[in-house]
Parts: sequence; C-alpha cells; structure tokens
Amino acid sequence: MAKTGAEILVDTLVELGVEYVFGYPGGAVLPIYDALYSSSLKHILTRHEQGAAHAADGYARTSGKVGVVIATSGPGATNLVTGLANAYMDSVPLVAITGQVQSGLIGKDSFQEADVLGITMPITKHNYLVKDENRIESVLREAFYIASTGRPGPVLVDITKDALMNYVSRKKSKNGLDLPGYRVLKEGHPRQIALARKLIKEAQKPLLYVGGGAQDASEILIQFAENLDIPVTTTLMGIGAFPGDHELSLGMLGMHGSPWANLAVQNCDLLIAVGARFDDRVTGSLSKFAEKAKVIHIDIDAAEIGKNVAAYVPIVGDAKTVLAQLLDDTKLCHREWIQEIRNFELPMQLPKEPKITKCTDCTAPNMKNSDVPPPCRKKDSVDPKVVLEMVSDLLQDDLIVATDVGQNQMWAAQYVRVKKPRSFITSGGLGTMGYGLPAAIGAKLGRPDRSVVLVTGDGSFQMNIQELATIASYGIPVKIVLLNNRVLGMVRQWQTIFYESRYSQTCTGSVPDFCVLASAYGIPAVRIKNQDQLGLLQEALTSEGPYLVEVSVDPDESVWPMVAPGAALCEMFHAAKAPTPSWQRRAKS
Amino acid sequence: MNENRREKVTLAVLVRNEPGVLSRVAGLFTRRGYNIHSLAVGPTEKKEISRITIVIEEEPERLEQVEKQLHKLIDVLKIINLTNVQRVERELCLIQVNGEKRSDILQIVDIFRAKIVDVSPKEVMVEVTGDTEKIDAIIQMLAGYGISEIVRTGKIALARSTQS
Repeated sequence: MAKTGAEILVDTLVELGVEYVFGYPGGAVLPIYDALYSSSLKHILTRHEQGAAHAADGYARTSGKVGVVIATSGPGATNLVTGLANAYMDSVPLVAITGQVQSGLIGKDSFQEADVLGITMPITKHNYLVKDENRIESVLREAFYIASTGRPGPVLVDITKDALMNYVSRKKSKNGLDLPGYRVLKEGHPRQIALARKLIKEAQKPLLYVGGGAQDASEILIQFAENLDIPVTTTLMGIGAFPGDHELSLGMLGMHGSPWANLAVQNCDLLIAVGARFDDRVTGSLSKFAEKAKVIHIDIDAAEIGKNVAAYVPIVGDAKTVLAQLLDDTKLCHREWIQEIRNFELPMQLPKEPKITKCTDCTAPNMKNSDVPPPCRKKDSVDPKVVLEMVSDLLQDDLIVATDVGQNQMWAAQYVRVKKPRSFITSGGLGTMGYGLPAAIGAKLGRPDRSVVLVTGDGSFQMNIQELATIASYGIPVKIVLLNNRVLGMVRQWQTIFYESRYSQTCTGSVPDFCVLASAYGIPAVRIKNQDQLGLLQEALTSEGPYLVEVSVDPDESVWPMVAPGAALCEMFHAAKAPTPSWQRRAKS
Repeated sequence: MNENRREKVTLAVLVRNEPGVLSRVAGLFTRRGYNIHSLAVGPTEKKEISRITIVIEEEPERLEQVEKQLHKLIDVLKIINLTNVQRVERELCLIQVNGEKRSDILQIVDIFRAKIVDVSPKEVMVEVTGDTEKIDAIIQMLAGYGISEIVRTGKIALARSTQS
C-alpha cells in the first residue's frame, strides 16, 4: 500500500527506535499528526513549542537517546529557536521536525512561512529542507546519525507540506547514509596517547577537569582517577560524570566553583581536560588560567582544542575510548598534592560592602491574599542550601535534578549531591531561563525509574509555567522545588556587587500565588515559610504524583563563592562560604 | 584585535553542491567573526561538488580555528590550504576608464597583457587577469586617467601538480 511522506516519516521514527515525540500541531504538520493518530509513537503535547524542544532535550539528556520534537511552520518553528540553541550549546542530540509551507508557496511570504533553514543554521549541527517526499526517510536517518554521533547536537529537518502529503513512489530508500563530509573519530592518536601517558607519569600535581563530554565515560573515569590518584573537578555540565561524594572530588570549578577546585587549577602542573571546552564561566581570566600547567585536552570536537587554551597534548576522540586507551596498570600516588589542596589557605577577599538601599521598583501590586509574603521581607524565609541538601539526603542515588537558570541553578550545582552521570539536567551553555520545567518533564519520561526534582526560581519558572498543564494532563510525577525570593536573584546579586545595589527591574513582587496556581492545574502544592516546616518537603518528595513545593527565600541570599567575570580563579569573594567539600563531609559521616 | 598581526591565507574549500551551502560557509565566518578578504564560488570537474576559494585575513592562531570550524560543516568535503604551496592564482578584473588618452591606455594594457573589451566615445573597458598584485598594479596605473567603475572577481587558485 502506498504511503504518504508523513506516514513514512512516522514509520521511520518507529524504526529508529523513537519512543516519545514532543510537539505541538499546526497547519503545515497536519499530515504528520494525522499519521501519528494511528501510530504506536507516544506524543507529548506541550503547551508551547519551546517547552517541547526543552522537554525533548531533557529526555535526551537522561535517556542518552535522541530527543524528537515536532512543530509547525512559521511561529511553531521560530518558537523552537531557543530550544535548539540551548541543545546546540550543551551538545544534546535532538532531531527537530518542522513543517514548511507548500513548496510552491515558499518565498512568497505565505501564511505561517519563515526561513527556518536560514534562521536555524547557526544553532544546529546541521539542517535540511526537504521538498521531495522520496527523500524524507533517508534525510531522517541522516539526521539521527548526525545528531547522535561525534559531538552530539540538534539537527533540524524542515519538510514542505506537499512532501508530507504526497505518496512516496520509491519503495525503500537506499540504506547507506550519504555523508561523505562527515567523519567521526573515536580513538585518540597513538602518538598523542603515548605523550599524554608520559606527562601523566611525570606530573607531580595533576588535575582532571571534566566536562559534559564525559557523561558517558563515568565508569572508566572513576577507575582512571583512582588508579592514578588524581583529584577531579567537574564543570557545571560535568556534574555527575564523577561522583560528587568521592574523596577525590573537588566539586565544581569556575565562577561559583569550589575554592579548592579553583585553587587546584591555579596550582596544578598538569591539567587533563576531558570533554570540556574552557568556557569563560569556567576559566575566568584566560591568561591567568592554570598558568603553571601543561594541558592535555581530550575532546571529540577537534575545533574545541586550541580554541580558548593552547593544548600541549591535543587528543581528538571520544572521552570513554581515549580514557580506555590511556589506562594501563600504572598505579600512582599523589597524596602529597591532594593534601596540599585540602590545606589550601582560602582567599579572604570580600566584595565591596553593598549599600543598603530599598528596592525602588517594587511596584508589582501585592496579591490580596495575605498568605503571600510581601517582597523583600526578610523574616519567614528558609535557607535554600539546607533545602537542597535535604533533597539530596531524601532521594540519594535515585535523584535526578533538573534546574532552571540563575541562583537556583548555582545552589543546586553546589549543594545537591549528584552521584550518577546524566543526573544533573541544566542549561549550561546558553543559560536559558525557563528551561527547567519542560526539561524536567522530558527527564522523567527518559528515566521513569528515577525521581526527578526540578529546582527552579520564581523568575525562571514563570518563563515556561504553561507546562504545568503538560505535567497535570499526563500526570508526570515531577517534584518542583520552587525557591521563591520574589526577585530575579542572580541579576540582583550582580546589581548588589557591581551596580551599587541599584535594583533596576529585578523585583518581581509576590505575584502570582504559586500554590493557588498549582491547584488551578490540579497539582498539589505546599508552601514552606520557615525551618520548622521543612518536614513538609519529605511528604511532597515521596508522594506519588507531581507536587509543587514553594520555599520562601530571603532576597538577599546570594551565591558564594564568586569569581568576578574576567578575574583569575584564585580571586574569589567569600571563599569561606563554599559548600563543605567531599572529604570533610565524609569525615563527618 | 591587532590588524597588523593578520595574515592572508588562501583556502580552497570543496563542498557538496547543495542549496544553502554558501550560506553555511558565509554564516560561519560572520558568526565566528572571521574576516573574508575575497570569495569565489563555482562548479568543479564533478557536478556534485563546488569549489569555494576564500582568502582570509586573520591572526595566525585563529587560522587553525577557521579550518577546524569549516570542517565541522557537514557539507564541507575537503579543505586545501594553498597559502604555502606552489600554486597558480588568478583574479579577473574589468575596469571602465576614461578614454581621452586612448593611446596611453593601450600601452598600459599592452604591458600588462590585458585586453580592451569595449570601447565607447568616452570610455574604454579593460579586462585583465592575473594575481592580486598585478591587478592592483594596473589599477594604480590607470587611476590617473579616471576610472569610473571596477569589478573584480574573488581570487581563484590551484596547486601546481609537480609538487604533489
């Protein structure tokens, strides 16, 4: 029986092993939605295309599979833009399928027409415009291959409505992929491997600097670090690739990193970067970054090597494969160096004392509901760090955390103890507010066996709050910990430090009443206003379905320590306020 | 950025002859802030492959990045750096110049082995091919007579076969 392009598309997705697709229907993709109607594919209808893109992204991050998102032409496709850029920055495998107007209408400013290929070119690994129904299958197979291999990333396939509606004449497209310009190197060059081994053996103060590229290399990374007795620091994206409670773990490095990690970078003589890209939030001042160290840079993307920091030994390859190549039966001991790190004297630098000023823009009308605390009231608040530690203690290894962007994200990175890979779901590169809620939905669907907790703030949460409807209608058991300080905390913190506490447009006020809002969606909710009510957290986290826990947070609560942008990593504010490092926690317990 | 430190590099980029491929290459240069000095595109001996010759002006340590980033484009098949190899390079230039002193112009045209391709009562059009320096030189020579319009192609280049 002859099939339409849309039917072939859905068949191909099934053949490629797709379980979930996230999306939102519209005119140009009607043929796809019609084909989905009688398909075994599970479609998750979000309430905004951006939500669908982030959900597919979260799904890909926890499951390790390719996330799939469908949107219609024009505004549907442009609403994916942030989601694609986000996935591109964090190297997440996505395939976005967008409808395009009929091929005869392209270029005529037709209804819901946009140049999606042009718009998404710089934010996708590759993209396609398909006008011929006979190419749909082969292009989709290529798209999945490109998205999931090498350095993963989003691939967009824009398909005209007529190609979706026409009957496919060719029986079966040729099996082999036609990608002569695309090569994936997995193994590191033997000469570089030998050189790296030599450097590692010679080093007195080696340090592993681990990024998101090592999320699938966790097992061998642990063995590597233990055999060679090398301390490990992870980037925001690398959290979980190395267990945060391991005695060799120094925690996260960078702007809000652990002072021990940052000082270790500044004092090491060999820096082994594994799947990390020397982002400015990690390095601070590039010229002062790891000045004493030779750098071994392992990355699957050759273009990352030498982009920001010159590598003494460049190794292009897959983190897992290269670490396996590097690993032999050598055992080393670096206890002296590790002890040096643990005994580092922490810098005592403090930011300039902020002027005490009143919030000038608290113009948001207060809700009549007197239960909601007014903005900027300091009493009735809970320390968010305590809440996040409690979440870790309650859920342990089972926990997957999705975060939003801002203070909530940094506190989560610092205080949630992530022990397993693919368990810290965060928008690292692009820093997309509003990422968390939809990503948590995808994360849960990707790993239904694990507990997914969203850590969010009142600013980020409201950027994709419509996805509460998705959670409610599918009953997706995501637990939401909403840290509500009634301000845009991270921006406000910068205003405190760098703009003399002139709080321009960072006070959002006490709207809405999030608990009432959650109940409007049929989601149970509870508000924790002080330490005494923290018991409510356990009840919420161990409940069956979705739950919203709103935690009142003092608007002046800041993220410490902090390296000012462009400063060297050793120049930290409030280093003493860093979270307790793994070895001290282990000693306590 | 220090303009003095920039070097000129000639890259031949072989790409799949697909719609949008030039846009991908040009977009990459814009996005990463690389400076294109000239660019010429055309078909090759194989119909599915086009050749883009790009002359870039960049700082030495960024040049490696340019090549690596280009390699990441799926439609880029091969990149040949022609800067330090024996090569033949050509540009084509058409120059519309005031024809009052036609005999002087004819002499210059002769010296440069250029051609007059169009004549009108007031102007002559000169066609010249050669490397960048030669074309710069003839333009300089003709400038004194009054050039009203110039068009130059981007540079194209091919490695000599003796060395490979």
